[in-house]
Amino acid sequence: MMEDLVIKLALAGVVLFGVLNLAGLHTWVERKQSALIQDRIGANRADIFGFRLLGLFHALADAVKMFTKEDIVPARADKTLHALAPFFSVFFALVAFAAIPFGDRLILGEGRVIELQVAKLDVALLYVFAMLSLGVYGVILAGFASRNNYAILGGLRAAAQMISYEIALGIAIIGVIMVYGTMDLAELVRAQGRMIGGWIPFWGIVAQPVAFIVFVTAALAETKRVPFDLPEGESEIIGYFVEYSGMKFGMFFLTDFLETIMVACLATTLFFGGWQVPFLMPDGFHFPWGGELLVPHLVYVLLGVASFSIKVLSFCWLFMQIRWTLPRFRYDQLMKLGWRGLFPISVVNVAVTAVVLLFFGETL
Amino acid sequence: MAVKVVRRPELTFWEKTYLPQIMSGLKITSAHFFRNLFLHIAHLLGRFKHLRASATIQYPEELRPLMSRFRSRHRLTVREDGSPRCVGCMLCETVCPAKCITIVPGEHPDPNVEKYPVRFDIDLGVCVYCGYCVEVCPEDAIRMDTGILDLAAYSREAMQLDIHELMDPKLRKPVSDCSLNFPHKCEITGGELRGTWDGIDRSKG
Repeated sequence: MMEDLVIKLALAGVVLFGVLNLAGLHTWVERKQSALIQDRIGANRADIFGFRLLGLFHALADAVKMFTKEDIVPARADKTLHALAPFFSVFFALVAFAAIPFGDRLILGEGRVIELQVAKLDVALLYVFAMLSLGVYGVILAGFASRNNYAILGGLRAAAQMISYEIALGIAIIGVIMVYGTMDLAELVRAQGRMIGGWIPFWGIVAQPVAFIVFVTAALAETKRVPFDLPEGESEIIGYFVEYSGMKFGMFFLTDFLETIMVACLATTLFFGGWQVPFLMPDGFHFPWGGELLVPHLVYVLLGVASFSIKVLSFCWLFMQIRWTLPRFRYDQLMKLGWRGLFPISVVNVAVTAVVLLFFGETL
Repeated sequence: MAVKVVRRPELTFWEKTYLPQIMSGLKITSAHFFRNLFLHIAHLLGRFKHLRASATIQYPEELRPLMSRFRSRHRLTVREDGSPRCVGCMLCETVCPAKCITIVPGEHPDPNVEKYPVRFDIDLGVCVYCGYCVEVCPEDAIRMDTGILDLAAYSREAMQLDIHELMDPKLRKPVSDCSLNFPHKCEITGGELRGTWDGIDRSKG
């Protein structure tokens, strides 16, 4: 019993450590990647004992700055809610990671099985989406508690956007659930290990390409980053966190990055086979051209974790690239895209998937 | 009345789906990203140095190339023997629209050279960098070709260049040691006259 607790705590610690550090690194990635895209160099002046390390210390300097800045609460604001809002945002973004499987089950010694997933839930997918939806509370509370008209408008924009896109998001993944027949993310990843004709891995992107595009678009809107950054619009249209300063503002900023990573994790898990490595079975590689390469169990699990990490990082890169490529949508364009674009497409996708599964379900 | 009908191009179906346009946008940004990433790494390994990876000029370490006619901090040109070419004619002080030049002439021991500057000050806090002093000088004794731009200082006094700093553009205040050996009003010794004409080979003039 005690050992189980220690294992669970260790898993949670690993996930939190990884996710929070990755989110912190995103500030660096954001600066450097945008710099490379725009033929610049990017922040590189912060140093410790003369070592600059490609500007990595700017993330540290940012954290020090955020923590030591004055924390301003507007005089007429609701003090409790004003303080709570950023915590809601970060909390719901963080707990969602509990249900993401980042590796296959690890079998140690005398039959102890460790699922590389903090919480083994049968409805992991529902849980993740519930937590992501609750994130809207942090946003709208921030706007409401600031007692600032700009903040309230920003909060309302954010709430409308998140709720609109959640519908398309939810319907898009119904197709995936129908194909694999489970909401347990670990099982869903395992189901993606099959091969079509021995050559093509049966990943979500192969089975549900339309759902993938709808999912990524809607999920990017959920993260409230460019091109869907209307709720924030730091410099132009003033968002819900206009009355926040210091680390409370930093937490909203962190939430954006956490949600980006969350979306990358979900896209990997649902559409790119999670920790699956092509042609890697639990006992080793079985290539369709006849080759075989057997690997020990530990190597197999580590390969899975590495595969998951690489996929997530690639998605983070892609999302950052999209963020620095596209201009911001206008609000009417945003709503039009959500309700008249993604929503009908996702519904049609579910219908087509249902028909295909009904008639050809056995052959798949 | 002539009416010109402007035909605005209709978006095709694929353009309306955004996707191809997003792809072409990503193609451009990714091309820049990977090109610059490759070049930055190559530069670290000492290759492809002739291709710039970024348009950034890292200012204190790297200076923007200047035009040859660019007017920067002044300098007094010297003769072969190390004394100033300036003959103390006062033309630059006279022509200066900002009145930032102060010259105190002294008698030169060489009968062929009438005068030389005992004191030559330029107040850069007042100077307007018009270059008239360079244009007017009959002896090519003052130039503005040092390429030195970072002239900021913490006090007005530090902006006032005396003859030491003008003769040697590398010097910045505070000047601690006087290396000029012709007689001049030396700020280091409190404005006293310092130096001699001994040891200066005047035949080279």
